[in-house]
Amino acid sequence: MTTTLEAPPRTAPPAASAPRPNRTGTLLSVLAWLVGILFIIPVLWMLLTSFHSEADAATNPPSLFAPLTLEGYANFFGAQTGASPWPPLLNSLTASVLSTALVLLLSIPAAYALSIRPVRKWTDVLFFFLSTKMLPVVAGLLPVYLIAQGIGMLDNIWLLIILYTSMNLPIAVWMMRSFLAEVPVEVLEAASIDGCNLTRTLRTVVAPMVLPGIAATSLICFIFSWNELLFARVLTATVAQTAPVFLTGFVTSQGLFLATVCAASVVVSLPVLIAGFAAQDKLVQGLSLGAIK
Amino acid sequence: MSTEVQPRTGPAWDRSAEEKAALRRAGDWARRAPLLPALIFLIIVTQLPFVITLVISFMNWNAYYPDERGFTGFDNYRRVLTDVNTRDSIITTIQLTVSVVLVSLVLGLLIALLLDRAFRGRGVVRTMMITPFLVVPVAAALVWKHALYNPEYGLFNGVLTWIFGENAPQPDWISTMPLTAIVVSLVWQWTPFMMLIILAGLQSKPLDVIEAARIDGCSSWQIFRYMTLPHLRQYLELGALLGSIYIVQNFDAVFTITSGGLGTANLPYTIYQIFYNAQDYGRASAAGVVVVIGTIIIATFALRTVSSLFREEGAR
Repeated sequence: MTTTLEAPPRTAPPAASAPRPNRTGTLLSVLAWLVGILFIIPVLWMLLTSFHSEADAATNPPSLFAPLTLEGYANFFGAQTGASPWPPLLNSLTASVLSTALVLLLSIPAAYALSIRPVRKWTDVLFFFLSTKMLPVVAGLLPVYLIAQGIGMLDNIWLLIILYTSMNLPIAVWMMRSFLAEVPVEVLEAASIDGCNLTRTLRTVVAPMVLPGIAATSLICFIFSWNELLFARVLTATVAQTAPVFLTGFVTSQGLFLATVCAASVVVSLPVLIAGFAAQDKLVQGLSLGAIK
Repeated sequence: MSTEVQPRTGPAWDRSAEEKAALRRAGDWARRAPLLPALIFLIIVTQLPFVITLVISFMNWNAYYPDERGFTGFDNYRRVLTDVNTRDSIITTIQLTVSVVLVSLVLGLLIALLLDRAFRGRGVVRTMMITPFLVVPVAAALVWKHALYNPEYGLFNGVLTWIFGENAPQPDWISTMPLTAIVVSLVWQWTPFMMLIILAGLQSKPLDVIEAARIDGCSSWQIFRYMTLPHLRQYLELGALLGSIYIVQNFDAVFTITSGGLGTANLPYTIYQIFYNAQDYGRASAAGVVVVIGTIIIATFALRTVSSLFREEGAR
C-alpha cells in the first residue's frame, strides 16, 4: 500500500505527479485541501461543540470562540442524561472484542482451507460466504428475536456476540483469504523441504507474514460490531444495551442538549476512529474484501 | 497468484488407482476440516432464520392477537404488495440507494483524482477525507440532525447568518427536504469509502503505458478517457457493489434523522416498524421475503462483477 505515503519516486514521473510547480498544479493542490477541510468540518464542528457550554452551543450564528468547557462530557457521563453511559460502552466493548475473537478463531482456518491448501470448488464456497453478506439483515431479525425469546436470550450480550460473529465472518474469511494468498508458494515449499511440518510452517513462516492482515481484519470486525444498531436496538433492552443504542436516546433531544449530544457522539466514535486510523493502510484492502491490493 | 489455486497433491504416481482414491478422500477431508466450523456456524446463524422467516410469512401472526395464529397462504404477500406504505418504501429505498451510490461514486472519483497527485500535505488531506467514514453511523446522523441541520442553532443556518446577516434565509432543512437531508449525510459518510477504493485503483495503473501514450502525444483528457477510466472500471464497480450492499440496508440514518417520517421510510425501516411497533410478525416476514427476493436479483449481478474481478486475480 503506497496510499499512506507520498508517492514513491518514479523514474519517469507522468504529469500527474506534478514534475514542476505550475499554476494548475497549485490550484489542484489548493482544491484538494479545500475538499479535505470541507469533509472534516462536520467532525471538527462536533468536536468543538462538545467542548462548549450548552448555552454557547445553541446560538445562531454559532460562537466559534466561546470558552471551552467539559460541561457536555460531564453531562454525558453524569446524571444529566438519566442513565450512565458506562454499561452501554462496556457492553459494546465486550460484544465487539469477543465477537472479533470468535471471528478470527473461525475465519483463519477457513481462509487457510480456501487459499494455501484449497478445498475443491473453493471459489463456490467463497462466494457462498459473500452471498450471506448480501442478504438483508432485517429479514432475519424476526426469527432471531423469536428464537432468542424462546430460549431466554433476549437482552443478553452473548446473543449479540453470536450475531456479530456471523455478520463479520464472511468479510473476515474474504480478507484473510486474500492475505494468506499473498504468502508465496515458494516460501512454503522451501519450508517443507527444510523439514518443517505443517504446524511449524504455519507458526514460523505463515503467521509472521499474515500478522498485519490479522490485525487489519480484527480492527475492521471491531468497527462493524461497534457500529451495529438494528440488532442491538431490537434484541437488547437495559442489561445488554450497546453504545449506539444508548445514543438513540438523543434522537429526539431538543433545546439545550447540543453539547451533550456532541460529547456523546465523540466518546462513542473515539474507539472506531482510533481503530480506523490504526488500520489505515490495510483499510482499503479490508473494506474491498481483499479484492484490491 | 495463480499457483496456490491448484490443489497440491503428493507424489502418487506409483500407487494403484484404488489407493489413490482413498488417499484423495482422506486428503479432501483434511482440507475440508478447517473450513467446516465457519461454514456450519454461518449456515445455522444466517440461513436458518431465513427459512423460519419464510414459514412465518405464510402465517397470520400478530403478537397483539395471539389467538388468531394460523396459516393464511399468500395473504401477507398480498397485503405487503398492495400496501401503499410498503410500495412507497420500496421506491424510497431505490431512490436513496441509487442517489447515494452514484453521487458518492462520482465525488469519490474526483477526489481520488485530486489525491493521486503528489502535493504538500497529501497524507493529512487523505486522513481528513477518511475520517467521516470512521464516525459511528448513529453519531454521525445525530450530529447532522442536531448540530448541522437544526433550523435554530445548526451550523448551516449559522453560516447563512454569517454571510447574509440578520435577514438570512433560515430553512428547516429536514422538514423541507427530508430525503435529500438523509442522502447528503450518507454521501458525506460514503464518499471516503469510494475515494479509498478508487485511489487504490489509480495507484495500481500501469505507469509505463501511460508514459508511452504521453510521449506519443496523447492529451491528459485522452489518457484519462481511454486509459485511466477503463482501468478504473472494475474498481468503480466494486465500490458501487459494496456501497449498495450497505446502503440498501441502511437503518441508522433513516431512524435517527427523520425516524422514517416525511416519506423517508425505506424498506429496512418499514419492516422494523411492522415488526417492532405493529407487532405483525406475518406481514413483517412477508416484507422480509420480498426484500430477499429483490436482493437476490441484484446480488446475482453483483456476484458476477466480483467474480470477474476475481478471475483477473487468478489469471495474474
